[in-house]
Amino acid sequence: MMSASLATVSYIGATILFILSLGGLSHPESSRRGNLYGMIGMTIAVLATVFGPRVTMAGMPWIIGAMLVGGSVGLYAARKVQMTQMPELVALMHSLVGLAACLVGFANYIDPVAAMNLSSAEKAIHEIEIYVGILIGAVTFSGSIIAFGKLSGKIGGKPLLLPARHWLNLLGLLIVIVFGYQFLHAESINAGMIGLTVMTVIALLFGIHMVMAIGGADMPVVVSMLNSYSGWAAAATGFMLNNDLLIVTGALVGSSGAILSYIMCRAMNRNFISVIAGGFGTGGGTAPAASGDAQPAGEVSPISAVETAELLRESKNVIIVPGYGMAVAQAQHTVYEITQALREMGVNVRFGIHPVAGRMPGHMNVLLAEAKVPYDIVMEMDELNEDFPDTDVAIVIGANDIVNPAAQDDPGSPIAGMPVLEVWKAKTSIVMKRSMASGYAGVDNPLFYKENNRMLFGDAKKMLEEVFVALKA
Amino acid sequence: MPLMIGIPRETAAGEKRVATVPEVVEKLIKLGFKVAVESGAGEAANCSDDAYRAAGAEIIVGAPKLWAESDIVFKVSVPTKEEVGLLREGGHLIGFIWPAQNPELMQQLAAKKATVLAIDCLPRMLSRAQKMDALTSQAGVAGYRAVIEAANAFGRFFNGQITAAGKVPPAKVFIAGAGVAGLAAIGTAAGLGAIVRANDTRAEVADQVKSLGGEFVKVDYEEEGGGGGGYAKVMSEGFQQAQREMYAKQAKEVDIIITTALIPGKPAPRLITAEMVQSMKPGSVIVDMAAERGGNCELTEPGKAVVKHGVTIVGYTDLNSRLAKQSSTLYGTNLFRLTEELCKTKDGNINVNMEDDAIRGLTVIKDGEVTWPAPAPKLPPAPKPAAAKPAPAPAHGHGGGGAPASATKTAVMFGIAALLFLLVGAYAPAAFLGHFTVFVLACFVGYMVVWNVTPALHTPLMSVTNAISSIIAIGALVQIAPPLSEGLDRPDAWIRWLAVAGIALTAVNMFGGFAVTRRMLSMFRK
Repeated sequence: MMSASLATVSYIGATILFILSLGGLSHPESSRRGNLYGMIGMTIAVLATVFGPRVTMAGMPWIIGAMLVGGSVGLYAARKVQMTQMPELVALMHSLVGLAACLVGFANYIDPVAAMNLSSAEKAIHEIEIYVGILIGAVTFSGSIIAFGKLSGKIGGKPLLLPARHWLNLLGLLIVIVFGYQFLHAESINAGMIGLTVMTVIALLFGIHMVMAIGGADMPVVVSMLNSYSGWAAAATGFMLNNDLLIVTGALVGSSGAILSYIMCRAMNRNFISVIAGGFGTGGGTAPAASGDAQPAGEVSPISAVETAELLRESKNVIIVPGYGMAVAQAQHTVYEITQALREMGVNVRFGIHPVAGRMPGHMNVLLAEAKVPYDIVMEMDELNEDFPDTDVAIVIGANDIVNPAAQDDPGSPIAGMPVLEVWKAKTSIVMKRSMASGYAGVDNPLFYKENNRMLFGDAKKMLEEVFVALKA
Repeated sequence: MPLMIGIPRETAAGEKRVATVPEVVEKLIKLGFKVAVESGAGEAANCSDDAYRAAGAEIIVGAPKLWAESDIVFKVSVPTKEEVGLLREGGHLIGFIWPAQNPELMQQLAAKKATVLAIDCLPRMLSRAQKMDALTSQAGVAGYRAVIEAANAFGRFFNGQITAAGKVPPAKVFIAGAGVAGLAAIGTAAGLGAIVRANDTRAEVADQVKSLGGEFVKVDYEEEGGGGGGYAKVMSEGFQQAQREMYAKQAKEVDIIITTALIPGKPAPRLITAEMVQSMKPGSVIVDMAAERGGNCELTEPGKAVVKHGVTIVGYTDLNSRLAKQSSTLYGTNLFRLTEELCKTKDGNINVNMEDDAIRGLTVIKDGEVTWPAPAPKLPPAPKPAAAKPAPAPAHGHGGGGAPASATKTAVMFGIAALLFLLVGAYAPAAFLGHFTVFVLACFVGYMVVWNVTPALHTPLMSVTNAISSIIAIGALVQIAPPLSEGLDRPDAWIRWLAVAGIALTAVNMFGGFAVTRRMLSMFRK
C-alpha cells in the first residue's frame, strides 16, 4: 500500500505526462510519443489510486471486473470503428464521460464519508461542487447522445427550433437555481435528492434541446464544445473530491475543447454564442434556415469523368479540396490512388483542408491519413489559399459551403465573411456533387455557375473510380 | 428520327475556315445527330475528308447534294445567293448572317420558309451565352494573328535582349481598342516581350488591359464610353479631339500600332490620320483590324499590306482564315454548344425554344417569319462597386494567443476577472482556494499547449482528450471501498453500483480513447 504522499507525487507525475501528451500533438512525428505519455500517465494515476490510501482491498474485485468490462468494450470499439465514423465515436465517448461524472456526483452525495470532517462553509462549497458537477455532466451526457444521433444520421441534421426556445432555456436555468437553493438547505440527504434529481432532469433536457437546435454544418463546433464540457465535468468532479489531478486534467481537456470550438467558430466566421443559440443564420436576423429551399439559379457546365482525367493529366498543379461528401462516399482511398497516379506523372498534387470540413475538427486529415496520403501534401487553408491562381485544376469533392465565393462577394449571404478556399481562382475548378442541392447552410453556391467551373455529377466514389480508370488508360 | 447536320465547303473568296472540325463531329454524333460533310470542306483548315470520316461523318461530293440532304446547315461566312437557292424548303441554317447589313439575304431566306440562327446576333451579355459566342472566339484568334502579322512585317525583335553584339530595346506596341481582339493582341504582344500600351473609350477595361500585361493609356477627357452590350459608342467632339492628340503622341513613340476599333452598324472610326503615319518611325507597322469596315487608319487598303511613308500598313481582312484550323475549331465548338442548347434531350432533334433568351436573340428567321431584331436585351448592369471585401481573418500563428482584442475589451475582461477573483478570495475557504489556484493555472497550461497542436491532428487531439478525461475514474475508484467506512450509516450497495458503473464507463474511454488515437496516429505518414 502506498502512502498518501506517494500517491500525490504519482499524481503530479501523471499530470506532467498528460501535459506532455497534449504537447506531443503539435507534430505528427512527436504525436505517437505523446499518446504513449498519455497512456503511461493514466496507468500511473489509476494504479496510484487503486493502491493508494483511499481504496481498500475489498474493492479490488469490483474494480478489476468493471475495468475489464469497460476496457474490452472500448478496445473493441477502437478497433472496429471506421475512420469516417470518428465523429460519432468521439461524441459517444463524450457522453460516457458526462454520465460517469453524474454517477460519481450522485455516489459522492449519498456517501457520508465524503462529507465527514467538513466545516459548514466547506460543506456548502462541497455541495455546490456536487450540484455543478452533476449539472455539467448531465448536459454533456444528453447533448453528446443527441450529437451522436445527428452525426450517425439517426436524427435529422436540420436544426429543431422550438418556439420561444431561449425563454425555455432561461426558465430551465431559473428552476435549476431555485432547486439549487433548496438543495443546499436540505435537512437530510433524502430531502436533497429531490433538488438534485429535478436539476438532473432539467440539465438532461437542456442538453438535448441545445444540440437539437444546432444545424449539421455546425457539428464541428458542437463536438469540440462537448469535448470542452466533458473536461469541465471532470474538473468539477475534482473540486468535489478535492483531487488536484482531476482538476488539472479536467482543465486541460476543457481548455483544449474551448480552443477547438473557438478555432471552428472563427473558421465559419460565426460567433460562439450564435452557434450555441442554434439554428443557422437565425442569430443575426438574416434569412432563416428555411431559405434552403430557394432553388439555385443559373446554368452549370457538366464534365465527364474521362474529360476530368484528361484535364488532370495535362495539369502541373492540382489542389484537391475534400469535404464531408468524401467521408460519406468513403472515397478517400480512390482519392489517394488518383493522387499517387498523378504524382507519378509529375503532377504536383496537394490537399486543401478547411478547418470545418467534415463533421469534427481534423476529420479530413484523419481520413486522408487512413488512405495513406502523406501528411506533407495535406495543407491548411491558410497555407495554400494564395496558390489557387497558379493552380491548373482544383477538385472539390463533396464540399460546398467551404468553397462558396458568396462568403467573400455577397455581404448579404448568411455565410458572408466566412473564410473559404478560393478554388474559383484556379484555371479550372471541378466540383463533384450528387446533385444541385444546396449545402448544409442552405446557401446557393455561385461557384457552380462560374465560367471556369465544371460539375462532375454522381456518387463521389464511383466518379473518382472512373476518373482513375481513365487516368490509367 | 435524328436530324442530319450538313457542313458545306465555304465558297466566299479567301475563306479557309470550315464550320466544324472532326473532333466536334464526334461530339455532335454523341448528341444523336448525323453529320454530313462536303468533300474538301475542311481542306484549307487542315481537316481531311478521311479525318471527318473517321470521326463518323458521311462525306458527300458536291454542294447541291449536301444542301439537299441536310436538315441543318452549319456555315461560317454569310451565305451567297446560290447557297440560299440550295437550302431546303423549311430547312435550318446556322452561321454568320449580319441581318442589318444583308436585308436582301433575309428576304430570300424568309421566302425559303427557313429557320435561321445568326450566330452574330447572340445576346452576348448573357453569361451562359459565352460558350456560344463565335464573335468573341473569332476576334480572339484575329487579335492573336494581328500581332503575328505585325511581327512578320516588323524588322526587329519584340523583346528586349542583351546580346554579345549589344543591347536591343524592346518593341513598343500600341493597341487601339481593348475589345476581345484588342485584349488577345495585348496578351500576345506582351507574351512576345513587347512593351504594350492600349486605349479604349470604355474606361472600365483598364483593369483587363493591366491584367494581360499592358499599360492603359487614358484620354485626357471625361466621358462614359460604354454603349449597349459591351460595345463602344460614338464619342463627343471634345473627346475625339483629346483622343486624336493622344494618338498623335503615341504614333511618334511606338513601333507598332494595332487598331481594333469598331462601332456596331457604323463605319470604323478614323483614328490614325495620314500625318500620324508620317510621324511614325520608318520601319514601323500598323495592323488595321477594322480594314473590312473602312479601316481605323486613313491610308489602309483593305485586304492588302502596303508601305506608305516607310510604314507597313497591314489591312488584311482574312486574319481568321490565316489561322484557319484554330478559328474553325473554336467556331465549331461554339456551334456545338449552341446545338447542345437546341437539343437538350440529346436525341438528335432540335427545339428552337423562343422562350430562351439566348435562342430568341439568335433566331432571326423562324419558319419563314422574320423575327429579327429580337426585343432589346437588357442593358448590362453597371459594374458593381467592388463589394466591400470582408477583412481577411487574422492570420493565426500557432503558439500565439487569440486575436489581439481592443484595449477597452481587454480592460473590461480584466475588470470582470478581478471582480470574480475578489469574490472568490473574500468568501471561499482556504482549502478551496488551493484547488482554485491549481485549476486556473491548469487552464492556462492547457491553453498554451493546445495552441501548439497542428490542425491536422485535431481529431486525435479530441480522442486523446477523451481518453484523458476518463480520469474521472479516480472519482469512482475512491468511492468503491474507502477506508473508515465501517460503522457509518452508508448505503454501501448503492454507492458501489454507481461507482462500478462509473469505472466501467470511464474504462471504455480510457482504453478505447488511447487505442483509437494510437490507431489514427499510426496512419499519419510522410
